[in-house]
Amino acid sequence: MSWGKIFTALFIFPGMLYAVPMAWLMLWLERKLRARMQGRIGPPFYQPFFDFVKLMAKKPILRSRADAILMTGLPLLAVSAGLVALALLPVFPGSRGFAGDLVLLVAFIEVPSLCAVLAGFASRSIFGQVGATREAVLSITYNLPFLTAVVALAYSAHSLALADIAAAPATWVRAPAVTTILLCLPVKLRINPFSVSNAEQEIYSGPATEFGGSQLAMWELAHGLEWVVLTGLAVCLGLPRTGAPVIDIALFAGLSLVLVVLLSFLAAGTARLKVAQAARFYWRWGMGLALAALILAMLPGIERFIR
Amino acid sequence: MGLVQSLVRIARLRSPWLFHLNTGGCNGCDIEFSACLTPRYDVEQAGVLLVGSPRHADILCVTGPVTRNTRAALEAIYAQVPDPKVVVALGNCPASGDVFLGSPVIEGPLGRVLPVDIFVPGCPPRPGDLIRGVAQAVAVLAGRRTGHPSAAKGAKS
Repeated sequence: MSWGKIFTALFIFPGMLYAVPMAWLMLWLERKLRARMQGRIGPPFYQPFFDFVKLMAKKPILRSRADAILMTGLPLLAVSAGLVALALLPVFPGSRGFAGDLVLLVAFIEVPSLCAVLAGFASRSIFGQVGATREAVLSITYNLPFLTAVVALAYSAHSLALADIAAAPATWVRAPAVTTILLCLPVKLRINPFSVSNAEQEIYSGPATEFGGSQLAMWELAHGLEWVVLTGLAVCLGLPRTGAPVIDIALFAGLSLVLVVLLSFLAAGTARLKVAQAARFYWRWGMGLALAALILAMLPGIERFIR
Repeated sequence: MGLVQSLVRIARLRSPWLFHLNTGGCNGCDIEFSACLTPRYDVEQAGVLLVGSPRHADILCVTGPVTRNTRAALEAIYAQVPDPKVVVALGNCPASGDVFLGSPVIEGPLGRVLPVDIFVPGCPPRPGDLIRGVAQAVAVLAGRRTGHPSAAKGAKS
């Protein structure tokens, strides 16, 4: 990959220039749809943008220096990890990444959640700590099926490069694997019925409770970027590409938004589960589906072994 | 610089986040306050959000006559709201002490403890009055209007 390509991927598409407005659009869409389904009118489309500007302009409350470094650094780290993860997405079939970028992507997708866990404990608030503990437990829960599904996809494509996996012909492995990844989206995005770690009316905002002003603005942005990355990943892995860049970009953006609409329906139609219920769901159904994908991926090898 | 400042002013007008605190009231105002969030009034269409942490808030909505037990919590929470912030006194109790005035367990009315910008009288005030109060508070936040004269002088204690 040349420097020009890296710059484009990080800052133009699917990086900052596309992702930040898209993140705000997705955050708005989720709020608006939830409001409409509750019989309310809901916020106008510019709402997340003005929320961001307003939060950035608030005066932070001073803390001790160690706390201040952690509490400013963690949300920034979450935002930058989100942007790097976006840059790795194989949106165009022609844009070859590099061998092993799948591993990097999986790691960077996990960074915001890790930051939230650290932030909850760093803020030293009881709500932050409860939220961080729940986030950590859930992260173990959903990563098991998520990673198994990713491994199944990589195994069936015989490659750790995202571009190869996305371009691989549709096999029987892909359906259960992509379904597992879709199942993991609501818990990774912390929306109902898996809004356990940031449970409002229960532990306020979970890990973000003690963050205000620009730090909170960064958390909101990181959350929006998570929406863009995770829906984008599901779209990239789940759909064949046409090869024409304009159509590919339109398909990528459009299908991401369709996923947001579906997830909003889910969020508005369900109530919050307990941690144990969420864990049971992912370890039973998510893991079952992911194992099915893995076994399907390994079948040709097993056949050869038996013969 | 002018562009940034006007953008910030518009943003403050469009996204007021409320923190709601009951300082020993009868819960009447709180019920009317929650009615603002229901489909009938839906304040979220004006960007208003009810947040759970004072650190996220712009507007501190206080109900109740400020009892002796709640004063420390009230002051701590006021200190946790980042600037710029506005205090709204919801109902008669924080404005005047109402029927509790003169009680030995009352440290209020609220004006004795915090600088209050907007008063919304009523026992309880109707949701429409509360929305008008929030609109006035937002104008104070954006610098389009000044708060109540007592707020400029600061808390008397």
